[in-house]
Amino acid sequence: METRFFNPKIEKLSPSELRVLQFKKLKTVLRRVYQKVPFYREKLKEAGINLSKIKTLSDLKELPFTTKEDLFVDYPFGLLAEPLEKVVRLHTSSGTTGKPKAIFFSKKDIWAQAELIARALVMTGSTSQDILQNSMTYGLFTGALVMHYGAELLGMLVIPAGPGNTERQIELMRTFGTTCVHMTPSYALYVATVIQGKGLKPGVDIKLKRAYLGAEPYSEETRRKIEEMLKVDVYNCYGLSEMGGPGVAFECQFKKGLHLWEDAFIAEIIDPKTGMPVKPGEVGELVLTTLNRTAMPLIRYRTRDLTYAFEEPCPCGRTHIKIARIIGRADDMFIVRGVNIFPQQIEAVLMGIKGVAQNYQIILEGLDEMIVKVEIDRDFFDGRIERLLKLRDEITEKLKAVIQVRPKVELVEPGTLPVSEGKAKRVIDRRTL
Amino acid sequence: MKIKQLSVFLENKKGRLYEVLNTLAQANINIRALSIADTSDFGILRMIVNNPEEAKRVLDEAGFTAKITNVIGVAVKDRPGGLAEILKILYEKDINVEYVYAFVEKSGEEALVVIRTNNLDKTIDLLKEAGVKLLDSKTLENL
Repeated sequence: METRFFNPKIEKLSPSELRVLQFKKLKTVLRRVYQKVPFYREKLKEAGINLSKIKTLSDLKELPFTTKEDLFVDYPFGLLAEPLEKVVRLHTSSGTTGKPKAIFFSKKDIWAQAELIARALVMTGSTSQDILQNSMTYGLFTGALVMHYGAELLGMLVIPAGPGNTERQIELMRTFGTTCVHMTPSYALYVATVIQGKGLKPGVDIKLKRAYLGAEPYSEETRRKIEEMLKVDVYNCYGLSEMGGPGVAFECQFKKGLHLWEDAFIAEIIDPKTGMPVKPGEVGELVLTTLNRTAMPLIRYRTRDLTYAFEEPCPCGRTHIKIARIIGRADDMFIVRGVNIFPQQIEAVLMGIKGVAQNYQIILEGLDEMIVKVEIDRDFFDGRIERLLKLRDEITEKLKAVIQVRPKVELVEPGTLPVSEGKAKRVIDRRTL
Repeated sequence: MKIKQLSVFLENKKGRLYEVLNTLAQANINIRALSIADTSDFGILRMIVNNPEEAKRVLDEAGFTAKITNVIGVAVKDRPGGLAEILKILYEKDINVEYVYAFVEKSGEEALVVIRTNNLDKTIDLLKEAGVKLLDSKTLENL
């Protein structure tokens, strides 16, 4: 695939120019929130920040974070940096309890976010000749509308299908020759299964080329499965309502990490416990500062999403930083012997080992001891004890290599641990420190 | 001349062994020989039973992890050195014995022993050659 750009100048800006641009924008944003958002003015004053002392990008880390809870302090309009008459759209994002987060867009915000989407679509090979069937939920959720505007900005024909009614989805694909879909990975799997069940041939009856999948975490394995079933390229996209929805970061044709648009956001990766930056390449919580948004700028917003940054430059020529697919939530992190560990790291190791079933459990007890209970695969058991001991050692060594701590691995019978679906309790902390 | 052995993976949990044995008892399965190999956190229960297929079926149904594997059963003269004689035959031919355990019952004046080696076919040939009496599934059913 040839490499094309929607905004080549910005997408290929040299790293030093990118930093200069970011700093210039940051100064503007800080000045604006200080002047126009009482919440931020108070927060900055409280932290003893003098804006004239912000001289370089790295001074950013002196500023206080914005958390999800902060969004509810002066709810719902308190974080607006524009008068309400300049605000043209509201999106909300469901919180786990109580009121939804309210996110406001000005006209400028809508088209700025649309440009990020248009860049992403071009980055994956789409052109104005493509037909996008947008099967995300239209409404308060940012997913569908933001993608819709971005695709229109590029000039694609957009079919605002919305989710569900799979029969109609497939009919639309066949009738109008849909080339790209935007949906959740779980729905994509479902649609693929129905297409197969109908005996339709992807590539012949259904001419999809690309699937943009997001809004839910999914594994590399799921990606390959969907790619194979639908004969498409699957691209991972990342976004969150607080940052304007989808398009914050997107995979390019190389599918190795997601480019995060650094002219629109400053990305930091921090240790969720200490708030300090992690070492380059280490897993931490993504923290984002908006650089373009006018209605509702956010400074150092704690996304609670865990990722790490790639360091090597991307062969596609884009200079913007790449982050890994989201590997989990910061709230799941725990510390053993001073090392930050995420259940997802353990899960990834276990998934790659033959003989292990799906479920596992982490138990912390005593003086910082970590026990990992792993269900064995029923078919792996052949009556030999050596085979099990070897499996136990393999799991121990592979975990040690990834998390830097040697756990005690216990093999347990399949079906005895809580199932992995939903919010199974993965970590049980019985430490009495 | 191989006989079928039932192996069950057991995590180190209170009452788990009882649950296996109780499940077998409910299904009217008779245990002829039994041994447990254990580590600090799991073990393997090995058994010779009167109906291994049925035993595996009921254990699978009850959610246990069971597997049928082949072992050799031999009748050993019930006197000092009886088993040693047999092991010597194998040792001299470089056959590794993985484990050995005895049946609960005797057959006349002979003790019955389960042997698992790294090469069952060769073991059978060697023991036959040496005139050792091997057990087959028929004999076991009539115990």
